[in-house]
Amino acid sequence: MNEYLNGADDYTAPAERPLRDDAKPAGGRIALFQYLALGVFLFLISGFWQLQVRNPEFYSERAERNSIKALPVLAPRGKILDRDGRVIVDNHSSFSLILSREHLKQEHVPIIAAGLNLDRGELERRLYRFRSRPRYEPIIIKEELTRAEIAFVEAHRDPEGLPELELVHAHRRLYPQNSLAAHVIGYVGEVSEAELNSPEFIKYEPGDVIGKAGIERQYDDHLRGVDGQRQVLVDNLGRERRVIGFKEATPGKNLELTIDLDLQVVAELAMEGRKGAVVALDPRNGEVLAMVSRPAFDPNQFAGRIRSEDWKLLVSNPDNPLLNRAIQAQLAPGSTFKPIVALAGLESGAIDENFRVRCPGGASFYGRYFKCWVKQGHGVVDLHKGLVQSCDVFFYNVGNRTGIDDIARYAEMVGFGRKTGIDLPHEAEGVVPSSQWKMRQFRQKWYAGETISVAIGQGALTVTPLQLAYAMGGLAMGGVWYRPHLVKVPGRREPPRIAKINPENAGKVVYGMYGVVNEGGTGVRARLPGISVCGKTGSSQLASNQALKSGKLGQTLKDNAWFVGFAPCESPEIVVAALYEGGEHGYLAAPIVRDVIKAYFDKKSRLGAALVAENTRRFGPQPPRAAPWRAAP
Amino acid sequence: MARYRSLRDFDWPLVVIALAICAMGILQIYSATIGTAWAEAWWRQCLFVGGGMVLLWLAASVDYHTLINQAPVYYWVSMGGLAGVLLLGKEVSGGRRWIPLVGGFHLQVSEFVKVVLILLLARYLADLKGDRLQVRDLLKLGALTALPAVLVMKQPDLGTALSYLPILAMGIFLAGLRWQHAAALALVGLLALPLGWHFLKDYQKTRLVTFLDPSRDPRGAGYQVIQSQIAVGAGGMWGKGVTQGSQTQLRFLPVPHTDFIFSAFAEEHGFVGVVVMLGLYFLLLMQVVQNAQMAPDRAGVYVVMGIAALLLFHLLVNIGMVVGRMPVTGIPLPLMSYGGSSVFSWFLMLGLVNNVRLRRFVN
Repeated sequence: MNEYLNGADDYTAPAERPLRDDAKPAGGRIALFQYLALGVFLFLISGFWQLQVRNPEFYSERAERNSIKALPVLAPRGKILDRDGRVIVDNHSSFSLILSREHLKQEHVPIIAAGLNLDRGELERRLYRFRSRPRYEPIIIKEELTRAEIAFVEAHRDPEGLPELELVHAHRRLYPQNSLAAHVIGYVGEVSEAELNSPEFIKYEPGDVIGKAGIERQYDDHLRGVDGQRQVLVDNLGRERRVIGFKEATPGKNLELTIDLDLQVVAELAMEGRKGAVVALDPRNGEVLAMVSRPAFDPNQFAGRIRSEDWKLLVSNPDNPLLNRAIQAQLAPGSTFKPIVALAGLESGAIDENFRVRCPGGASFYGRYFKCWVKQGHGVVDLHKGLVQSCDVFFYNVGNRTGIDDIARYAEMVGFGRKTGIDLPHEAEGVVPSSQWKMRQFRQKWYAGETISVAIGQGALTVTPLQLAYAMGGLAMGGVWYRPHLVKVPGRREPPRIAKINPENAGKVVYGMYGVVNEGGTGVRARLPGISVCGKTGSSQLASNQALKSGKLGQTLKDNAWFVGFAPCESPEIVVAALYEGGEHGYLAAPIVRDVIKAYFDKKSRLGAALVAENTRRFGPQPPRAAPWRAAP
Repeated sequence: MARYRSLRDFDWPLVVIALAICAMGILQIYSATIGTAWAEAWWRQCLFVGGGMVLLWLAASVDYHTLINQAPVYYWVSMGGLAGVLLLGKEVSGGRRWIPLVGGFHLQVSEFVKVVLILLLARYLADLKGDRLQVRDLLKLGALTALPAVLVMKQPDLGTALSYLPILAMGIFLAGLRWQHAAALALVGLLALPLGWHFLKDYQKTRLVTFLDPSRDPRGAGYQVIQSQIAVGAGGMWGKGVTQGSQTQLRFLPVPHTDFIFSAFAEEHGFVGVVVMLGLYFLLLMQVVQNAQMAPDRAGVYVVMGIAALLLFHLLVNIGMVVGRMPVTGIPLPLMSYGGSSVFSWFLMLGLVNNVRLRRFVN
């Protein structure tokens, strides 16, 4: 661009330079620069003279006063309500303790820790975590102060005491008693250092209390308010001189769930003392009416800052109470999968209604003998009887004729093998095995013998309780699936997923499931007078029979019991799936589903007014008995 | 070439003054960062100054005519570096200014561009004939300065970009200018002001507006200016003593170990300390200028005076900002502020000053 720059060659060596290179003419201008420099220095000195000598008192007093204490005005989170507006999660007032680090004396740390029942090491780690934040920014070191602790703080307010401590009014989360809907609601907690480093949590700051699981996590933006701030100028004795800024806190917004507290309570009671999950959906719109997972945890333990020993206890529990089994347990569906196999057989044309099989108690396929669950056999079985009696041999044959890829196609059509898209974090997908899947996962070809196990819901096939309820609900609707959700988004109604299913075929399958409950089938315990309940039992093995024989039998290796039911059969309003882990046989899960369906129709016919009142009394949120200090600051 | 150079010929007063300033800077960095995440900065600064002394010796040992000869190469390499910063630099609080190096150190290319620009402009100007600049020369000089300035503006780093201008101004001033051209330049500059305003980032505009009236936004952009003035004023005549400044220690003062180091110094050492410190800087500047007066040729004059102009500009803008008489532009205080790139580039320049001095008896 510049011939001057490129022409390094025509630059002459210094020794041969002409006389014009004399430096002298610049002398006058250099002297001028010296005067300019002198001027600049005088200008700067005069600035310091102004500030430091003319009126230093003005500034030194300002500096002395200049301890801005920024006290947070904590915003309450929104309440969580059930579909009828009854409060599930509330807040109650409490006091939190704030430490202003600019006045903190190191020798006070052990005194503070002892007086407030804090672990000294934990307190010091906390201070260390906040070391890079400005020191005038106070940090919360304890929530939910007891009367004695508040008295301790009040008694040390004087300048010689612990002036670095300050009480602020806080709103603590109050969750229902007895772990009601614990997994759906989730819990809140202080954002951890590891979370702060991940992009998902970029908007939070250290010390923020955020939703950590369930609805609290999923709808954190909706529920959390915006903390306000009170900026006060304090003198060196810690007295407030003047409020220089006040920003009101914006409370979080309330959130109405689709959960029906009454159904939820019935489902919770039915699962009491058991391990497993219950999901109730309205198949007409995807609303989740109840969702239970057991064993559960007490979210109130998390509402403040969970003690580390409580946390260790929860995490090390082999039953894993933090797992939301309704959406995260991925287990073989057992015989509850048979209606799907029947549908696949009918739709693909592999079988028709005249297809019959004789069940002698077992059958051989590809050189292996597969037993039926009834040793003496079912005799001649057609589709209806096959579903009603849950005949394994019949479905071995159906599966064998249909082939794995058609079974997989229909399993995926009803919603297995992928997330339903419910508005909860960390939903599991389950597995739908197919020849493609096996090639992808194991680089092996599919063996026809494996299809036989899948035909009765065993093998590599796994589903979650939510997927099962979702699949059956949509199937009962004739092939219309609404995305399950816990919160109604106002205005926008999401269109359902619609599959082309021959209504006649769907009707045959539903009729079979009617027989399961009402014609002396395996699910007769789900029967309800006056209501046509359809359903299907299932029991799935956790281990192969060989493993069972080889010993090491324990409670955890008992079969899982499943039941999925809906009612009324012809136009379903509710579909319920129950998983009873270690429940041995599906008919033991049937009463759980029956109870929930019964509660639904009882409430609908206004027989359940007493139930509503009773449940509100028993399970509604109540402040803890030892109510904290109530006086306003 | 005869070995006329010896350690005795070095400008020892200059080196001693510079090291005294550095020592005060390290003390202040130590005091301002005690108990913070930057607590290790002071001894890293010691390492930087040690490395700077090596650079000073290196920059003095090769004849500056050779360096001036090679200036175009340095220039284009450093332009490549600036472009590289924009493309793959490390982003720190909204700006891309650093290239990451091994060992957790970062290179701020724009600091070294100053040295290169001084050499390049000296080369161009020393080659001119006649005692007045032509329009063509002005345009070329302007373009050579504008290229790095625009690249640095993009980072965005207004302060450093502006600091290239005094080098150009000093060059033009020494080379001589027709008064018509000077008037035209002033007019163009005036017209460019609103245009330049348009190109500034929002935060830069806020800084300029709050400079004119800090009370407009006492808790936002004006905060730094007000807190800095309070810190300086609180120092009084004698200062509060090392590590005793409440403004510095309670973090009311922004970045007390880099851009606002003089404010922290003024709080802890008072007006007396400020006068001593400014006196040291004045002696340093005069020592540099004296070397220009003894330079053997015009190239030497341009090099040394470019450095002097740059030094004066930095002192005016940084210390002026501390007392609220200049807008907040975020340029470091030479030799005092924490930062390897800045320390290194200043020691390189002091090396060049010595370089010119060592060759004054030639021919």
